[in-house]
Amino acid sequence: MSASQVAQGRLVTPFYSRQRELDTLNRWHEWKGYTVADAFYCAELEYFAIRNATAVFDLTPMTKYRIRGVDATAYLDRLMTRDMYGLAVGRVAYAVWCNDAGQVLDDGTVFRLGEHDYRLCSQERHFDWLCASAAGFDVEVVHETAEIAALAVQGPTSFSTLERMGLGDVRSLKPFDLMSVDYAGTPIVVSRTGFTGDLGYEVWLPPILAEAFWDDLFTAGAPVGIRAIGGDALELARIEAGYLVAGVDFLPADEIVRPGRGRSPLELGLEWLVDFGKPHFNGRRALAEEWRTGPRRRFVRLDVDGNKPARDAYIYARPGGGKQVGFVTSAAWSPVCKRSIALGTVDARYGKPGDTLWVEIYYNQEMRWRRKMARASVVEGPFWDPPRRRTTPPVPY
Amino acid sequence: MTERFDVVIVGGGHNGLVAAAELAKAGKAVVVLEAKSQIGGACTTREFADGFNVSAAAHLVYQLQPHVEKRLSPKPRYAARALDTVVLGGDGQRVRYGSTSIAGVDDADRGAYARYAKRMRRFSRVLWRWLNRVPPRLLSGRGTDTRQLLRMALELRLLGKSEMREFLRLIGGNIYDHVDEQFSNELLKGGLCLDAVLGTHAGPRSPNTIVAALHRLGGAGGTYALPAGGMGSVAAGLMMTARAEGADIRTDSPVRSIRVDNGRVVGVETADGARIDSYVVLSSVDPKQTVRSLVGERHFETGFLRRIGHLRAAGNAAKLHLALDGLPDSEGPGHEELGQRLLIAPGPDAVERAFNPAKYGRCSEAPVMEILIPSIHDETAAPAGQHVLSAVAQYAPYELEGGWDDESKRQFFETCLDTLEVYLPGIRARILEGELLTPVDLANEFRMSGGHWHHGELALDQFLFTRPVPGAAQYRAPLDGLYFCGAGSHPGGGVSGAPGYNAARALLNREADR
Repeated sequence: MSASQVAQGRLVTPFYSRQRELDTLNRWHEWKGYTVADAFYCAELEYFAIRNATAVFDLTPMTKYRIRGVDATAYLDRLMTRDMYGLAVGRVAYAVWCNDAGQVLDDGTVFRLGEHDYRLCSQERHFDWLCASAAGFDVEVVHETAEIAALAVQGPTSFSTLERMGLGDVRSLKPFDLMSVDYAGTPIVVSRTGFTGDLGYEVWLPPILAEAFWDDLFTAGAPVGIRAIGGDALELARIEAGYLVAGVDFLPADEIVRPGRGRSPLELGLEWLVDFGKPHFNGRRALAEEWRTGPRRRFVRLDVDGNKPARDAYIYARPGGGKQVGFVTSAAWSPVCKRSIALGTVDARYGKPGDTLWVEIYYNQEMRWRRKMARASVVEGPFWDPPRRRTTPPVPY
Repeated sequence: MTERFDVVIVGGGHNGLVAAAELAKAGKAVVVLEAKSQIGGACTTREFADGFNVSAAAHLVYQLQPHVEKRLSPKPRYAARALDTVVLGGDGQRVRYGSTSIAGVDDADRGAYARYAKRMRRFSRVLWRWLNRVPPRLLSGRGTDTRQLLRMALELRLLGKSEMREFLRLIGGNIYDHVDEQFSNELLKGGLCLDAVLGTHAGPRSPNTIVAALHRLGGAGGTYALPAGGMGSVAAGLMMTARAEGADIRTDSPVRSIRVDNGRVVGVETADGARIDSYVVLSSVDPKQTVRSLVGERHFETGFLRRIGHLRAAGNAAKLHLALDGLPDSEGPGHEELGQRLLIAPGPDAVERAFNPAKYGRCSEAPVMEILIPSIHDETAAPAGQHVLSAVAQYAPYELEGGWDDESKRQFFETCLDTLEVYLPGIRARILEGELLTPVDLANEFRMSGGHWHHGELALDQFLFTRPVPGAAQYRAPLDGLYFCGAGSHPGGGVSGAPGYNAARALLNREADR
């Protein structure tokens, strides 16, 4: 771990100088020790850059670990619930990892950079767990958050932006592909990944190149509407994409005090990430037992009637209320879907796709709290999933 | 051709042998694989000098459980039974106590000792009822576990309200305060303190030393017996019993690894490369070595590995063996007294002070000791007219500052001899040969992590439902087919046979459940 992580208080990312110039609101927040923007000029307009143009989000504070060694694949296969042997070099996989009780510690993305070389990106810090898991494996785990500057370049014109930059063969990148490209004589990594549910890329580069890259990127993207965006716009986009956030939609199992507050992958709708064909991985025994008896809870994506975001709402099975069967963890009015959408957790016997549930929404109307019981349909899959997310090569603008 | 057994037991220590006998009796095809050429593990006799035999690790029988001993055939022969404990003073003073008797103290202490001994025996009986069963699983939601917990609570409650309170008040406490509340005689207090901390990494002021004292009283209720032919004869008896039940017991068969395939145990591989197939492997090797060296960490889950890593198992007791050409001078204790269990523990503070340097990786400058001269009772121990002294000397930390080498070993050996000379004047002149086994030697010779004779500190956080660690406290490791059956599992070390017996029961019960 780099020594500079703690000593200097809140850190700035290598892109800070450029973001500072663009900023008009002076609204910043802390993300894993770094100063990052809520928004630069208007969260709603920034959001539309994601859906209509090119949005640039600074994800340097995302926790990044490098995992190297001849046992790296075996190590990750034991760590993660999904099969890691199937991940080819040059590919990226979404994965979750659990404690012994089968409760999710975090989710993240695994980048296979080489035969024995991986990068793991996650919301939370897990250095201790990753090191404890390394016993008996010939691997080296390095915390490299500060050593890698990262930008998400997302939106329908993101491909054109990168191609205008002349950034290698971006055209041939399929979703969850990664490649090493040359930038200013230095190899950097571009992956077709993101947290917006849209066409998009992520760029991983040494911090020393950060400012020059930002400048080139914004020059290339100017004709196709490039915009810097803050965390508020991304939050809206990720709810539309139906993605989970640790600490919001579930709590990392190692931060929980009360029993039963953790979530298994089966309770988060991530059973497709659990490979019971593997003889052994962290949490397997507990998850196999849960699979046998059935999970206690279910993750739901809700299409809510009306236009009031169902933030923190209780979920009921009946319009009259009665027994509370769950609660909403993330909610928003989706501009692109033109619907009120929500993510939540319900008791396992409720909330099958197509079911109707009821959410209790409180909203403040000029100093008066109003309560509304809104119908909510359980939908399958993401709220927003345009074909351009998958089309290869992407359509140029 | 690979052989196949129903059960492979790794390690032929007394617990492995007890488990083998139980499982063979239940009709299982059992093989015990012992690395050394002699069976018994730390329950063994060996010649350390020409004609001088000594119990190389454990040297007294006091915890052997009646239900284990009852099955033994032939029964163990004892050279002496019901040895008293004699606490030696430097000035010729002595306190002598047995399980009920006491001498050398004033009337107040005499009365207090009767009450103390009675209460400790009573508490120990309750504790050992729990220790002789497979511990229940907490929060399992299973009826059998709940019933067992209720039964434990009931057994505690049957002590009576005030005694139950006293039990709960004392169970986590330290022996120093407990004996200091009741006695005035320094030697008596010192002796009782040493009884509670023998073989542990604890001083009398450390928490959990009362539970260790109660643990020690299990079985014989605080009486000590000296087996004829040393502890090796107990192991030989266990081996004959297991063989008579049909178990295959092999020496010189070190196991290189416990084999895992497709997420479950499938057998073992011996050091010569031979494979033995079995879907059940009981390991009497300590949990750390079983997990790390025999199976391999990658076959376990991270949380379990962390708990195994945190298992405290740093030995702090050295073993001293002396060949003597005669008994020490008559100025010291007389012949009859020398035949008892002798303690050097001049007072509770002296025991605590002996522990102090060990906290920081240094040896005691004034060690405390438990001493036996078995040759007084057992003529097989030494040539005629000559004697053997066997002592547990504390404290000698496993992780010595600067590490153990010939020089640090010689220094502690000399320190021990200097101490002995104070309490047994003239003994130095009698020494023909001597050896000191440091915790590192014990770790190497008896293959126990940290040289800890309990395979893991005996303390409430590593006790009952949490021994060796949560997730493996019912003898079943979190790996299909692997069981722990050694001192590292419930109810801990000492030559009791209880872990081996309970582990066999756990396995048989589980199969009966299916």
